[in-house]
Amino acid sequence: MKKTLATMALAATMVAGPVMADLVFPSLSYRTGPYAAGGIPFADGYADYFTLLNERDGGIGGVKAKLLECETGYNTEKGVECYEATKGEGALVYQPLSTGITYQLIPKTTADDIPMHTMGYGRTSAANGAVFSHTFNYPANYWNGASIGINHLLEINGGDIKGKKVALVYHNSAYGKEPIRTLEELSKKHGYELNLVPVDHPGQEQKSQWLQIRRDKPDYVIMYGWGVMNQVAIQEAANIRFPMENFIGIWWSGAEHDVLSAGDKANGYKAITFHGVGRDFPVFDDIKTHVVDKGLAAGAGDQVGNVLYNRGLYAAMLAAEAAKTAQGIHGTADITASMMRDGMEALEINEEKMTALGMPNFGPSFKVSCMNHGGPGLGGMTQWDAAAQKWNLISDFGPSDMEVIQPLIDADSAAYAKENSLEAGCK
Amino acid sequence: MSEQLVYAMEVFLNGLMAGVLYALVALGFVLIYKASGIFNYAQGVMALFAAATLVGIMKGQVPFSHLINAVFDTDIHHFGWHLPALAGILLAAAFMVLLAWMVQKFVFRHLVGQEPIILFMATIGLAYFLEGFSDLMWGSEIKKLDVGLPQGMNTWIDEATFKIFDYGFFIDNLDIVATIIAAILVFALVLFSQYTKEGRAMRAVADDHQAALSVGINLNFVWVMVWSLAGFVALVAGIMWGTKSGVQFSLSLIALKALPVLMLGGFTSIPGAIVGGLIIGVGEKLFEFAIGPMVGGATENWFAYVLALIFLVFRPQGLFGEKIIERV
Repeated sequence: MKKTLATMALAATMVAGPVMADLVFPSLSYRTGPYAAGGIPFADGYADYFTLLNERDGGIGGVKAKLLECETGYNTEKGVECYEATKGEGALVYQPLSTGITYQLIPKTTADDIPMHTMGYGRTSAANGAVFSHTFNYPANYWNGASIGINHLLEINGGDIKGKKVALVYHNSAYGKEPIRTLEELSKKHGYELNLVPVDHPGQEQKSQWLQIRRDKPDYVIMYGWGVMNQVAIQEAANIRFPMENFIGIWWSGAEHDVLSAGDKANGYKAITFHGVGRDFPVFDDIKTHVVDKGLAAGAGDQVGNVLYNRGLYAAMLAAEAAKTAQGIHGTADITASMMRDGMEALEINEEKMTALGMPNFGPSFKVSCMNHGGPGLGGMTQWDAAAQKWNLISDFGPSDMEVIQPLIDADSAAYAKENSLEAGCK
Repeated sequence: MSEQLVYAMEVFLNGLMAGVLYALVALGFVLIYKASGIFNYAQGVMALFAAATLVGIMKGQVPFSHLINAVFDTDIHHFGWHLPALAGILLAAAFMVLLAWMVQKFVFRHLVGQEPIILFMATIGLAYFLEGFSDLMWGSEIKKLDVGLPQGMNTWIDEATFKIFDYGFFIDNLDIVATIIAAILVFALVLFSQYTKEGRAMRAVADDHQAALSVGINLNFVWVMVWSLAGFVALVAGIMWGTKSGVQFSLSLIALKALPVLMLGGFTSIPGAIVGGLIIGVGEKLFEFAIGPMVGGATENWFAYVLALIFLVFRPQGLFGEKIIERV
């Protein structure tokens, strides 16, 4: 009997011909815990884009994409466990969605020859691909974000912010501290005064910080927050009547749920972004037709078009385009993680491609190279319209000050290379 | 008067207000510990659950709608009503009574006579269960909570202090409301425990379960009542904190703010929770104001525990806790 079954199975395999393995995209998500409100829309956007490719295009290069979702709870230990549990499944690229997890995975992914994409977070100096061969953080990083914020202040002040007071309200963690060095260097260049205002996790109580801001009377406040810290900060800023148009959050402090609980008082609050906002893009029609209406959406389908959903979608699109690039380079649709890394390093995103994907002007055009895993560092400014309950992009995607940032990237990556006895260089 | 002194006075007042909010959370712990000797790890999650239930009821949200829609391929989310705040609060309070009854019937009734550590572990399990249950029932998105409480700077205080100090103090209207509500709540709880039959039964059970049973006190009823009261206090705390930040998972973490308050005020004293809250609130805010800038700021989380530990060295039972004497 056993022999018969084995023969039948073999025959079936021969008739079917060679079967391509799925292209595996792990999603280290957090749908539970204190940061779930941010984790859910990102994970939904990431998943829905791959579902769209499978349903509309039959996959990527004819091979179906398979999403492996693993819950991290935004916890570093759990994130590493997720990595270890999924890497053997043929994982092509990791998106840890946590700076803490990213730091732990940098040496692991390098050793395992699996690329990692940390878009807008993670270790900023990973932009130097000569040192961080398997980590990519295009199209923008924390330091670009800080510079884009300062560029915006320059723009609205006629190019001169000398003597202005800028307060940085930040999550007192590795993530929140990232922009400090850049803002300090930029303060030397532009002559503004920088005050640092840390907020401990989770940030539910910020009375001391906002009393300090009320006393110090900064002209502008820049925020690097996440989770409940964002909602409380915006509420407290409203309470002390700080002008919202002078309050600027990094892209992790600029989602709908960050401002909705403050109601009308949040009107005018600004946030930096590196991708488009809203759902006025053709890709969302396809998402509706091929994903939501078919009942295949990752969540309830109610996050489509939200800021963090769009970011997840954008991350998935960049991963899919890198996979296509890898397929082109290696002449096979059935790519490995190592090939995926090559695809990411040769990735080129331009407006023509974005338009063809139904995402015109959704993000900046850029090219990745071995020397530059960080992309162009372009970013724009969004502003919250409380009456319409939507974010509006109020600027073009402009450049950050690479004259200041590049030396910081070089110094930090060189220090990492020295600590880990790495020989920097491109193949 | 020096500028720094004026600022310190403003910080002091805000510390008092923050302390009241901490005390609101601590009260729930005290009630249950006082009556049953259980340290209720789930108190913070109960605040989250109560606030989420209130928002859900007010907005007419269908509970478990995601689950129902996924299983039955339906698309229902709302009943189509929007209840006024008072009706929502009453229904949410009733729901917390139901939860108290279920907790007693399905968990603690089966653990009578067990070691305190077993009961504590059960509350940890309850906390994780309620976390997941709350997400499943009401969803994990951030919910705006508006029961009509005033928020923002109190203009009268701002103007009055400006006339005196040439600097207007910031006091949040919500904090003032929280202080009034906490004062009423404490007064009512003290009256209840001292002067009502049920309150005396609660104290008798706290003193000795077996003795209370032997004189005919219904242990189950008392425990359901105590968990209901703790549930109501959790609802009040959830409303205050949820109004500030929206109702979201982080509400459950406010329990961390109550622990140093309990250590300081004592686990068995209702006034102790209030006094402990005020000391912690003022202490952490003044420390952050005076010392914070010298050490890089963000001192409040750890300083509250340091302050509580210092008190513990001199008075292990807390300021108002009952001294435990064990004779050999």
